[in-house]
Amino acid sequence: MEDGVLFFQEFSIMGKDFSNAGSVSTEIKSILKEIGFDPVIVRRAAIAAYEAEMNVVMYADRGVVRLRVTPDKISIELEDEGQGIEDIELAMQEGYSTATPEMREMGFGAGMGLPNIKRNSDHFEITSQPGRGTKLNIVIKAR
Amino acid sequence: MEKYYHPIKFVEERCQGRMKCMRVCPTQAIRVKHGKAKLIEELCVDCGECMNVCPSGAIVPLTDPFARSMDFKHKVALPSPVLFSQFRPEVDPRKVVVALKRIGFDYVCDVSRACQEVTIALEEFLSTYRGRLPLISSFCPTVVRLIQVKYPDLTELVVPIDVPREIAARDFKQELCEKLGVDTQEIGVIYITTCPAKIVSIKQPAEKEKSWIDGAISLVDIFAPLFSAVSGVKDEDVTEEDVGGFTFDAGWSMLGEMTRLLGSERSIAVSGMSDVTKVLDDIESSKLRDIDFVELSSCLGGCIGGSLVVENMYVARNSLLKLLKRFRGSTSVNRDEVLDRYKKGYYFLERKLAPRPLRPLDHDVAKAIEKKKQKDAIYNSLPKIDCGCCGAPTCLSFAEDIVRGQASLDDCIYVGGVKRG
Repeated sequence: MEDGVLFFQEFSIMGKDFSNAGSVSTEIKSILKEIGFDPVIVRRAAIAAYEAEMNVVMYADRGVVRLRVTPDKISIELEDEGQGIEDIELAMQEGYSTATPEMREMGFGAGMGLPNIKRNSDHFEITSQPGRGTKLNIVIKAR
Repeated sequence: MEKYYHPIKFVEERCQGRMKCMRVCPTQAIRVKHGKAKLIEELCVDCGECMNVCPSGAIVPLTDPFARSMDFKHKVALPSPVLFSQFRPEVDPRKVVVALKRIGFDYVCDVSRACQEVTIALEEFLSTYRGRLPLISSFCPTVVRLIQVKYPDLTELVVPIDVPREIAARDFKQELCEKLGVDTQEIGVIYITTCPAKIVSIKQPAEKEKSWIDGAISLVDIFAPLFSAVSGVKDEDVTEEDVGGFTFDAGWSMLGEMTRLLGSERSIAVSGMSDVTKVLDDIESSKLRDIDFVELSSCLGGCIGGSLVVENMYVARNSLLKLLKRFRGSTSVNRDEVLDRYKKGYYFLERKLAPRPLRPLDHDVAKAIEKKKQKDAIYNSLPKIDCGCCGAPTCLSFAEDIVRGQASLDDCIYVGGVKRG
């Protein structure tokens, strides 16, 4: 285990698995609550994790989430296999979305996913290889 | 730690340790040790589910005895609108009012007016509110406590407007004091309640110093004497003096009435502890995006589904709808006057709802993580069949009890037994 990381857990997400969508972020939330982080921190982490999870469910084939916790920070790393993102700068713009009408009907596709992750994290990195997949690194400071 | 008042009591002599309460408790607040059910006070949110399922009658509500309510010089009955739905539809609700006076009350306070006023106050609050959404209704005390305990981050979403029963009691008391020229202490407003949770909101209110209501009697307890009194009331006994100005409004006692009255399209109404929990989980993860207002009631179907009622809630609902049809428009409030009072802060709760979060595994994060890992390891060694024989409702809660030092692995008849053997 890396330096200072006291807790590590890996979760997998299946693309298009709408019936389980949100379960990983719910689990992350309950772990962080149980450890006793401040409710505001837990909420930020839960929102960021949920948006990231939904992106995998909607756009990718499969993904892996790695949760690492130290007393000072919560890091959520997400790696997916799928279509990737052509233009990250564009994808980061509020309101920009490539959601299909079906996704929009389900309440997604407002183009707020990635901006929402950024807003709720203290450090956010995104890299993508079109046709291969996307990698996110989300860090939330715990104090 | 603050001592929490709970409106139920476990009668140890009657408890047969059958664990039904432990399994049904939505916050896993019950353990059965040495054959007797015990309540973990800080976890209990007063929903009353345990009382409903106990086959031995060992869990009793701590409502005030009817006799004690009669200690006040001026006795005011404040019935939940649900009371009127417990009689056959042909029973004139005004006869129920007369009957309440015959069994000992001097006055009957009607909650309909306050309900309409509070609805206007809420409309006003929602239309000017610009903060985090969705807002959550505050009328169900169990929901309020569930949020304080399990969803501390959502306390700020609970609307800071007081509930109709409190406003009704406050107005009635003030008017009566002026009319009779007496001190408030001489007046006792007694709520006729459909659930034990309302008793807590009276004895230990979450958002104010003191409730305007002085006591609560269970609808079940009062029903027998009231029923005989109602049978004795003749048509000609329903006089203008007794029931003059009678109004009726079902208030928010049926699920969905509150959101309907508010007229908001971006609202949902949810009842029953398991669905309420699901929706609160969704709000916490910010999944409820197109909804601005959530009406939550811990009892299925709303207050008509409370644990202290006599009639089944579907029949009660039918009766309430009939009464509503008959007395529609009987209550009228002056909107401008209400808005004037609203601006003066009349309807607002005295203080902010504070979270009451559960104890973390440890106050030190590093130690808490260590205990979390121990807990997971213990859990993985357990059979995960939630048999309950250890005295905890689930293998997971048992693992947590061990880590917290409140149980021993030996209590498990599977894993503990093997080790001993």
